[in-house]
Amino acid sequence: MLLDVSDLTVTFRTNDGPVNAVNGMSFSVDEKETLAIVGESGSGKSQTAFAIMGLLAKNGASTGKVAFDGTDMLGLSPKQLNKMRAQQIAMIFQDPMTSLNPYLRVSDQMAEVLQLHKGMSKRAAVAEAAHMLDAVRIPDAKARITMYPHEFSGGMRQRIMIAMALLCRPRLLIADEPTTALDVTVQAQIMELLAAIRDEFGTAMILITHDLGIVAGSCDKTLVMYGGQIMEQGDTEGLFEHPSHPYTKGLLRAVPRIDRDDDELLTIAGEPPDMSNLPKGCPFMPRCDIVKDQCAVVKPALQFDGGRKRACHADRAEVANV
Amino acid sequence: MSDPILSVRDLSVVFDVKLQNAWPWTPPLKLHAVSKLSFDLQPGETLGLVGESGSGKSTLARAIIGTIPVTSGDILYKGQSLMKMGAQERRKHRRDVQMVFQDPLAALNPRMTVGDIIAEPLVTHEPHTPRKQVKARVGELMERVGLLPNLINRYPHEFSGGQCQRIGIARALILKPKLMICDEPVSALDVSVQAQVVNLLKDIQKDMGLSMIFIAHDLSVVKHISDRIVVMYLGRPMEIGPAKAVTAMPTHPYTQALIASVPIPDPKAERARTRPVLDGDLPSPLAPPSGCVFRTRCPKVQDVCAGNRPAMEISASEQMAACPFHG
Repeated sequence: MLLDVSDLTVTFRTNDGPVNAVNGMSFSVDEKETLAIVGESGSGKSQTAFAIMGLLAKNGASTGKVAFDGTDMLGLSPKQLNKMRAQQIAMIFQDPMTSLNPYLRVSDQMAEVLQLHKGMSKRAAVAEAAHMLDAVRIPDAKARITMYPHEFSGGMRQRIMIAMALLCRPRLLIADEPTTALDVTVQAQIMELLAAIRDEFGTAMILITHDLGIVAGSCDKTLVMYGGQIMEQGDTEGLFEHPSHPYTKGLLRAVPRIDRDDDELLTIAGEPPDMSNLPKGCPFMPRCDIVKDQCAVVKPALQFDGGRKRACHADRAEVANV
Repeated sequence: MSDPILSVRDLSVVFDVKLQNAWPWTPPLKLHAVSKLSFDLQPGETLGLVGESGSGKSTLARAIIGTIPVTSGDILYKGQSLMKMGAQERRKHRRDVQMVFQDPLAALNPRMTVGDIIAEPLVTHEPHTPRKQVKARVGELMERVGLLPNLINRYPHEFSGGQCQRIGIARALILKPKLMICDEPVSALDVSVQAQVVNLLKDIQKDMGLSMIFIAHDLSVVKHISDRIVVMYLGRPMEIGPAKAVTAMPTHPYTQALIASVPIPDPKAERARTRPVLDGDLPSPLAPPSGCVFRTRCPKVQDVCAGNRPAMEISASEQMAACPFHG
C-alpha cells in the first residue's frame, strides 16, 4: 500500500468557531493505482489533499494518520516534508496560471526543483526539464522552455505544471481539478496525457474532481464525498453502474448526458450543507429521499457492504429501488 | 412558420486591440470576436450557443442586448433593426430582452435587498407602479423561481450560489420579457444544483412561451435544454441544427471533435469510445487562419481549406455545416 489515510480530520479555526472541513476520512491508494475523489464544492476533497501534502492554511489543523509507504506524513518537520513533496508525492493544481511564478522563466522554475532536490547543476537541470516538457508533448520544448508562463496557453501551462510535478519521478501524483479551468477539447488532451504518464512512469494518482465524466474514463477506484465525509467508496465501474448511496445515485442522475435523450433531469432537492453547521447525524439527511429515524441522530459509519464501502443507514436494496 | 423574433444577419463584431509596446500611430489590430454570423430565432424556441472560450458566445449575447456596438451586419428584433431604433423603441427592446449572467453573486448588488434587486427593472421601466403591486409581483416571482417570499429583505451574501442564480432569473422575468439570454447560467454551480436551475429555466421557458438563447460551454447541458444549437469556433459558426441531430450525428469535423471530447459519466461507455483528440490550441483571434478558421486543427483538412471561407446557408430547421467535407 502506497498511501494509507486513516481517520483524517481537518479543522479550521474561524471567527464563528471551529469548522470541520474533513471528518474522519479513511482510504488507501496502491502502487500504480488511480483513485478519484468526487464531490461538490465544500465537500472537503481539496482539503483532504492539502492535509496529505501538509499545505493547509495557517488556521487549519489535521489529526489522524497519513502513512506514505510507512512514514507518517502528519508528524514530519517542514524540512522532511519538503523532501517528501516532489520526491515522493507531487501535486498539480486547478489554475495553472496562478500556480506558476509569472516572474520566472519556465526553465528557471523547473530547474529550481531539480537543483534543490537532486543537487543537479543548472545546465543539467534545464536539459532534464526540457526533456520532461517533451514528455508532456509540448512542441519545440527546447526553444520554448526559456519563455515566461504568460506566453503559453492554459492547456500548455497545465502541461508545464504536470511536467514540473513529474521532474523528481514522484510515486504519487495528486491532481486537484486539473482540467476545470480548461476547454473540453483541451481537457481531453490533458486527461489522455495523464493516462499516458501513468503508464510510462508507473505513478499512482489521486484525481480530485467534480466531473463524473472524467472519473468514468480514467480511474480505477472512486470515492464520493459529501459534507467532509465519505459517502461511498469502491471500484469505479461498479459504483457507477449500481450506486448504493442515495447521494451517489442522485448525483449520477443529475448530470445530463450527451449520449442520451433524457427529458427531465432528476434533481437532488435543497442546497449543499453549511460546513460550520452540519447536521448531527448524516450530512446528506436534509436532502435525502430515504430518511430513517437514526439518520438525524446517528452518523452512519463507513462499512463494507457488498464489495464496497458505504455510509448509509438504509440498506442496499432500498437505495436500489428509489 | 411564424416570423422569427430575432434575426441575426451577417453579424460581425470587431474590437480594436492596441498592442502594449506599439507606437501611438500604429493602427490597432482588429480582433474579430464574431464574424459573419447569421441565424433566426423563432418565438418560443430555445437556441443553444456552444463553443470553447474565445469563440465569441458572450460577445454575441452582448451585441443582441445592445451593450456592444455592432461593426457590420444586422440584428433584427421582431423585424426591426437594432441599429436603426429610436430611443423609444430601444427602451421597449431593453424591456423585452433580458439577460441572466454567469457569476450569480457578482451579478447582484451586494448592498440591495433581494426584493429591491428583483423589483429594480420594474421600478425603472414603470416608475408609477404602486408599491404594493411591486411587492406582490416580487413575491409571486420569488415563489415561481423557488425562493421563499419571506426572504425578501435579505441580502445576496446570505444566499448560496444556486439561490443567487434564482434571484437573477426572477429579476430577468419581472418585466415579462419575450427573449431571455442566459450567459453560462449554470457553469458556476455544483452538479446537484445545476440540474435544479436547468429544470427551472426549462419550466419557465415553457410556461411563459419565452424565446431563449442559452450560452454554455458544456455541450451536454446545452443539448438538454435547447431546440437548436449553434456551434461556434473563433467567432465563426461551424454548425447549426436541431439539438438532437447535431449531438447525435454531428457533421462538421469541429462538432465531431467537440462531442467526442465530452466525457460520459459511465465507465463502460466512456472506455469503449474512440476519440479523435484535437491537437493544439485555439489559434490567436488576432491572427486567425485564412479560409476556414478550424483548418489548423482539423483532421480532414485539405488544400482548399486555406483558400475561401466555407459558406453556410441559413435554415430554420435543417442541419447546416460550414465545411465542404462535412458528413
